[in-house]
Amino acid sequence: MTGNMIMDYSLLILFLPLAAFVIQIFIGKRLPRQGDWVAIGAVVTTLILSIAMFTSMLIGHDPQFAQEASFTWLNMGAFKIEMGFLVDNITITMLLVVALISSMTHIFSIKYMEGDIRYSRYFAYLGFFTFSMNGIVLANNLVSMYMFWELVGVSSYLLIGHWFEKDSAADAAKKAFLTNRVGDIGFFIGIMLIFSTLGTFTFSEIFDSIAAGKMGGTLLTFAGVGLFLGAMGKSSQFPLHIWLPDAMEGPTPVSALMHAATMVAAGVYLCVRLFPLFTPDALIVIAYVGGFTAFFAATIAITQNDIKKVLAYSTVSQLGYMILAVGSGAYIAGFFHLVTHAMFKACLFYGSGSVIHAMHHALHKKHDHETDPQDMRNMGGFKGKMPITYWAMLISTLAISGVPLFSGFLSKDAILAGTLSFAIHQPIHFLLPVFGFGAAVITAFYMFRLIFMTFHGKPQMAELYDDIHESPREMTFPLILLSTLSVFIFYTLPYFNPFSDHGWYTELIVASDAAVPGNPTSHFIAEGIHHAHYPAMAISLIVAAIGIFLSWSMYFKKKISADDWAKKLKPMYNLSLNKYFFDENYNRFLYQPFLKLSSLVAYIDWDLYDKYFINGFGRVTKVFSFFTGRMDYDGLDQTIIDGIGRSVRHTGGALKFLQTGRLQNYLLFALLGVVVIVLVQSF
Amino acid sequence: MDSLNTYLFIAAILFSLGLFGVITRRNGVAVLMGIELILNSANLNFLAFAKFGGMNMSGHIFALFVIIMAAVEAAVALAIIINIFKNFHTINVDDVQGLRQ
Amino acid sequence: MIDAVFWFIVLLTLGSAVTVVLNQKLLYSAIALLFTLFGIAALYIFLWADFLAGVQVVIYVGGILVLIIFGIMLTNRISTVNISHTSVQRGIGGMAVLGVLLILGIMILNTPWHQADYVEPTQTTASIGTLLMMDYLLPFEVASLLLLAALIGAVTLSRRAE
Repeated sequence: MTGNMIMDYSLLILFLPLAAFVIQIFIGKRLPRQGDWVAIGAVVTTLILSIAMFTSMLIGHDPQFAQEASFTWLNMGAFKIEMGFLVDNITITMLLVVALISSMTHIFSIKYMEGDIRYSRYFAYLGFFTFSMNGIVLANNLVSMYMFWELVGVSSYLLIGHWFEKDSAADAAKKAFLTNRVGDIGFFIGIMLIFSTLGTFTFSEIFDSIAAGKMGGTLLTFAGVGLFLGAMGKSSQFPLHIWLPDAMEGPTPVSALMHAATMVAAGVYLCVRLFPLFTPDALIVIAYVGGFTAFFAATIAITQNDIKKVLAYSTVSQLGYMILAVGSGAYIAGFFHLVTHAMFKACLFYGSGSVIHAMHHALHKKHDHETDPQDMRNMGGFKGKMPITYWAMLISTLAISGVPLFSGFLSKDAILAGTLSFAIHQPIHFLLPVFGFGAAVITAFYMFRLIFMTFHGKPQMAELYDDIHESPREMTFPLILLSTLSVFIFYTLPYFNPFSDHGWYTELIVASDAAVPGNPTSHFIAEGIHHAHYPAMAISLIVAAIGIFLSWSMYFKKKISADDWAKKLKPMYNLSLNKYFFDENYNRFLYQPFLKLSSLVAYIDWDLYDKYFINGFGRVTKVFSFFTGRMDYDGLDQTIIDGIGRSVRHTGGALKFLQTGRLQNYLLFALLGVVVIVLVQSF
Repeated sequence: MDSLNTYLFIAAILFSLGLFGVITRRNGVAVLMGIELILNSANLNFLAFAKFGGMNMSGHIFALFVIIMAAVEAAVALAIIINIFKNFHTINVDDVQGLRQ
Repeated sequence: MIDAVFWFIVLLTLGSAVTVVLNQKLLYSAIALLFTLFGIAALYIFLWADFLAGVQVVIYVGGILVLIIFGIMLTNRISTVNISHTSVQRGIGGMAVLGVLLILGIMILNTPWHQADYVEPTQTTASIGTLLMMDYLLPFEVASLLLLAALIGAVTLSRRAE
């Protein structure tokens, strides 16, 4: 495939969903089937195009492949903004992931959203999201990335708030948007720091200038941390993680597309793209934020009972993994985990969507609108009723837990190896691998808890059980496809070793060296990972086994009573169940003091300042004005001003006879005027 | 005889005559004739400059557009004159004194 | 010979132009205008503007002059050719116009006009057509719009009010 074709394909991939969005939003309701086929057609076309690009990448087999095209968008002399595309192997892979998950979501939504009052608008927004996400993926400079970044934020807002009649959904949408704003301010500061120092927005030029030593030290660290703040907001890293679990108020396919596979991965993608510019200090910050988030979110997921909340915290935790990988230098492993995670986490979300769909219909039949269809305590024993969902979710769960033969094992192992090697070289940061392996235990535990509580054991609500049915084909198809893609073989081709990630991915997507002088080279990092590979694999196998075993004995065999343990560890259980009281604490220590401060300022401003100072001024001015007014009116106006007016009136009265109303007179006067002027001029 | 100044003088005289007509005539149609004279003098200038400037065809194009303009102007002006005639029952422009204070 | 013809035409043009502005009979003025326009068309030929001379005859003589005569007839109750039309402010107007003419004359004599070398006369129609279709296409189209607007405007203006 030639470079031009790559660019054409990329343009099509970018703009087809936008075209679908425009069609849908304006005439979607009037089309047959409310126009869902427009959106689906567009996004499936992008899928085909990205598969074509992906195939050509595999055939070309060039790890250094990169195509760039840009044009000047805004030219204001010294301040020039260029828009452009950068297509390399990472881009192509990411485009395929976005197109694949987006297509699956569209297909899944046909049945899931059937009968929704804003069915066509839902598909329009999905198209809009796909457009913005592709924009992020294709961007070759910070400005276009920032623009699409915000567009993604907007589409996230619109889709989370799809059922805005529900207060919780509207609030969640606002929360997501505002929390993202906090991160985006950091992002913007980072962009401006870089632009004011280097005078460019384009990635490659930034990297070149940094490698040439034009920017470095603390300033670059701040810029890097600022950019990372944006990633923290979008990828919901601690302490900006609070929006993602609430975002589950949106429709489940949206959660799968945006809040599991693609949008939240944008933060990771940003870090991967910008990896060369992070200084060692910035990388440490990134690593700790990621590692802590991975562990911390996992501990919350243990006690959640809402099936989607478990998955949400699991997503936060897995994103933490990816960020941790970036921080410890193994960013290629982080991106690998992004790809594999997109498949199995989207699959898990579709599975949960399928379960919720079934619960919802069963409850609807019973006219029960009180029971929460998402609460796992109301489920149990669905295995026999929903075999496809069960098997798909089981495979994905195995993948996310890091069991060999599945994709998650490979990517997680790569990340853990990177972390381990990082800690071996810098033993002071021993906490990072501890976070990593700890999170791995907990992940295996809570994911199997989810499986056991939902699909195994006795039905908790027996009266519902008969009405639970497998979902229709439109919903099971994405499940089957994505769970198949969670098998290791798709990532290691053309090799078949399930214990090594060696395959097309590692051959085609290679790390580039950091641009910051003094950072470890990619070769050095790769060596470290290679050496840490086997110990990391051994440990991760052990921890996965521990997690699964614990979960199995607690929730399947019931040898260990979960309730007893919860009572014994009451304080910790409560902390976890209430998500460490983060929302409450934000409320108490941030929002409430802020509101109090605001009302205090308002009081000072309104009741003190305005009433006494401003109004006092007003009174003094009024008295003063009265006197000047008398002087003005009686003295000045009557004599001087009116006097002038009167004399003008008299003169005008005398001159009015010149105004004959005859055009020819006017013309004659004008002509005489011309003659006089010319004569005066020439003499 | 065949010099630029000759044509310019002819055009200047034509222009002055047209101007005189516009200023002095009472009949609206006659005023219009004066305007036509002025336009023709302008055209004459254009073509004279075109010829003595080395057959610059842009002058011809301008003259053509002036003729188009003149046709348009004549049509609209006559329509206006007819309208004035309907309203005031005269076309003597000095009887139409709506502009008088 | 050519000189004589030239001066004869100049005389015809200017003389009839004087008649146009001075004659007291409106129809005589119109007829004099006909001669003026013909004279100018002839001058165009002396200026090697053959195409424009044709246009002048067709549009001015054939179109505008007929229009003017129509105007005269529509606005007067015609019984004789002696439709009088008087003039106003002749004295002061004449002085002003003479002043203008004087200024123009001085200006013409004192300005160093740019003059190119002698060029052989050519057929102008083809090059005018080329220019109209290439460089001046937009004005050309705008002119057609203008004509349409004038057509509609004239009809609207002169329509009998209901």
